[in-house]
Amino acid sequence: MIQLENVYKSFEQKEVLKGISTVFETGTTNLIIGQSGSGKTVLLKCIVGLLEPDSGDILYDDRRLGTMSKKEGILLHSDLGMLFQGSALFDSMSIEDNVMFPLRLFSELSENDKVKRARYCLDRVGLKDAYSLFPSEISGGMQKRAAIARAIALNPKYLFCDEPNSGLDPLTSIRIDELITDITQEYKMTTVINTHDMNSVVTMGEKIIFIYQGNKEWEGNKETIFHSDNKKLNEFVFASKLFQKIAEKALK
Amino acid sequence: MMYQTFSVPQRWGMFFKQTWKEIEKLGADSLPITLIISLFMGAVMTMQIQLDIENPLLPRYTTGLVTRDTLLLEFCSSILCLILAGKVGSNISSEIGSMRISEQIDAMEIMGVNTANYIILPKIVGFVFFIPFLVICSMFCGLAGGFIISISTDLITPSTYIYGIQYEFVPWFVYYSLIKSVIFAFIITSVSSYYGYYAYGGALDVGKASTNAVVNSSILILMFNVILTKLLLS
Repeated sequence: MIQLENVYKSFEQKEVLKGISTVFETGTTNLIIGQSGSGKTVLLKCIVGLLEPDSGDILYDDRRLGTMSKKEGILLHSDLGMLFQGSALFDSMSIEDNVMFPLRLFSELSENDKVKRARYCLDRVGLKDAYSLFPSEISGGMQKRAAIARAIALNPKYLFCDEPNSGLDPLTSIRIDELITDITQEYKMTTVINTHDMNSVVTMGEKIIFIYQGNKEWEGNKETIFHSDNKKLNEFVFASKLFQKIAEKALK
Repeated sequence: MMYQTFSVPQRWGMFFKQTWKEIEKLGADSLPITLIISLFMGAVMTMQIQLDIENPLLPRYTTGLVTRDTLLLEFCSSILCLILAGKVGSNISSEIGSMRISEQIDAMEIMGVNTANYIILPKIVGFVFFIPFLVICSMFCGLAGGFIISISTDLITPSTYIYGIQYEFVPWFVYYSLIKSVIFAFIITSVSSYYGYYAYGGALDVGKASTNAVVNSSILILMFNVILTKLLLS
């Protein structure tokens, strides 16, 4: 379980997060939605420890992130997996070496078992034929899948995804969403996803929080999101004509 | 950042592997440019000194002697390192800067990797370890350039040139050059890594970081050259 308690973050004069509090339950897929520039990525970076909040607390299973010892911090990091918006694969390494990287650093497995584990993760995300390819030699969708394979290599308890669908075609986007949902259920992970993709919201959102200009504006799930009376949320959700039509049909 | 960089590596095996890669990339790949520049500079230096010292009071071997001392004292350490600050410095800062803006460093940090130690330390160790070899090669090539002039032109005879480069040889000049180059190699790698590591923004900012890395490491090399000359030769 991840708890956020009154998280504030600002850069110079600009306040980006204004007291965000929420709970992400274990084994669930949680979405943080909001417009570009609303503070989603900053919030995600605060949760994983890449940015330090100005005030407020982030707790992983009741362990406070800000006051953890170095040893606890390293242990926690081995429980985290993250999928970045641009995949962030190491371009000097092959896809297999990318997945092997966390294993080489933190796993006590033999070299043979590390290779087996890396190949298992790559097979799991459907990259059986891409072991020896380099990130620049594969498509954006394959890069995302490789990044997911790297993120799950150490069997993490928590998976964080920063806009996993950005730059992908709708079909690949749906496949990535399905993969993340399957992996979350399979590994019983707590997954937190930043997105503004409404397809992801409809299919994945066991819990959804809507961020607007650094404030948590709304909290709910994929069932309740279309029945909210929050004006800002509705503007965001029904911005697409497709969803407007769906909503109209549902009302009729 | 220095404390993080010089902490004990998380995995020694990976550290040695990375260091070997950096020796290849930063050191061995700089060998061709070092050899070419040194050969031609040695040749040009010999010609210019011979043409400038047309004084009957000065012995003919002065050309070899001056070429040798200029190469050993300044060219093979300071000037070579200024040239390498451009090649190696921009390589390091742009590589690390690109890793920073494409979130590769963030990805490592989430895994719990000490990124400064994993990325920067092998570069510093690799280049500092390899630079004496580059300097020695540069010395031989520079002197060889002068020798080629002595056999291919009638400016100076080969025997006079050879006598000149052996005349009153001071071994300390070689050590002086090596000590300077090791310190300059540290400056180049650490300054460039710093600018790359703290780059943010986009491609333009990585370019700016590379420029700053080269300019600032060059200035530091020139400043330390004065300090080291005072300390080691006075």
